[in-house]
Amino acid sequence: MATEAHGESEGLVFHPMDQFIIKPLTGDGPVGLFTITNATLWMALTCLAVFALMVLGTSARSVIPGRIQSVAELAYGFIRKMVEDVAGKDALPYFPYIMTLFMFIVFANFLGLIPGSFTSTSHIGVTAVMAMMVFIGVTVLGFVKNGAGFLSLFWISSAPLVLRPILALIEVISYFVRPVSHSIRLAGNMMAGHAVMKVFAAFAPLVLISTGVGLVVTPLSILAITAVYGLEVLVSFIQAYVFTILTCVYLKDALHPHH
Amino acid sequence: MATDTLGEGAASACVDAGGGAIGLPQLCPDWMGNQIVWLVIALIVIFFILSRIALPRIAAVLAERQGTITNDLAAAEDLKEKASDAEDAYNKALADARAQAQEIIAEAKAEINAELEEATQKADAEIAAKAAEGEKAIADIRANAMESVKEVAKDTAKELVAAMGVKADARTVTSAVNSRLKG
Repeated sequence: MATEAHGESEGLVFHPMDQFIIKPLTGDGPVGLFTITNATLWMALTCLAVFALMVLGTSARSVIPGRIQSVAELAYGFIRKMVEDVAGKDALPYFPYIMTLFMFIVFANFLGLIPGSFTSTSHIGVTAVMAMMVFIGVTVLGFVKNGAGFLSLFWISSAPLVLRPILALIEVISYFVRPVSHSIRLAGNMMAGHAVMKVFAAFAPLVLISTGVGLVVTPLSILAITAVYGLEVLVSFIQAYVFTILTCVYLKDALHPHH
Repeated sequence: MATDTLGEGAASACVDAGGGAIGLPQLCPDWMGNQIVWLVIALIVIFFILSRIALPRIAAVLAERQGTITNDLAAAEDLKEKASDAEDAYNKALADARAQAQEIIAEAKAEINAELEEATQKADAEIAAKAAEGEKAIADIRANAMESVKEVAKDTAKELVAAMGVKADARTVTSAVNSRLKG
């Protein structure tokens, strides 16, 4: 896709999807299971960023927090409150898992906004694994905590008896669609924004090729990149938030399956 | 893009000879396993960073802060109570002082009044004595004056009678003058 130049001029190069290519960091060899790739690098940087914020940032343990410690505490309070509000107090033991997901996604998203970087969360393989972890974890937890009573999640006792089997079918389908929507939402958002930026970026050097049209198109595309970048900053946080809050909602269903 | 630097060797099912992506790189099956492995490792690392170090530390800091705030509030409450006590004591002292002052004033007033009364009485007595003395003097003077008038009248009458060339009896003149003065 988009391997050929297809702008108004031959000089314009459109490779909006190339930024998502996984490649080994050193050498040109094939990508094996444990090859150190650009994905590895940026996931490692994500871990480092989490470590920097949550461990180095709080190392002073000051009662009156500094800037970085305030941010770390803010993140802690934000997710903890979300877990407590959405999934209930008995979901707090699972708070570290949810915090892990949130910190990984939010830092992967933001690191992906650095020009020339690689966005781990733009890959469906990554988000699908996280979504499946949530799905399987929540389903197992539901059965462990409630036994067969977990199935009452699909049997809506407040609906008329005739409708219940139909509703149960719909509920089961929607339950199994959850990991799909959960993962595609995040990966799709991250991919789309980055691809759009890349397309606008490809238009930017037009002024070097054809001065007439370029005088109009180049400033416009630069403006568009700026605007989309601003939007992406917002989307990066919102998608991490959405992924996390949906995890909390699914967790609530597992802990309290009765409608 | 950096992919342009990839040589021919990078070409695979998902990358063309020029290093460009074929289709969605996200759907390339060759790369999924690698990503999943590193993702799981990254998540485990982050989980241990958070659950072993960061989250307990932040929880401790927040608890400590909460404790400090609670302690400070209690101390403030204590100090407020102390201040209120001090104010009460001050007010009480003020009220006592006022009452004492009132007492002293009343005492002083009574003393002054007594002294004044005494002085007034003394003065009144003195005035009365003086007035009596004066009255007596006036009476004396009046009596003396009457005597002198009688004397002068008698003498004048005698002289007048003598001047008119009539030998007058002294006793008659005196009785006549006396009767006139009475009338």
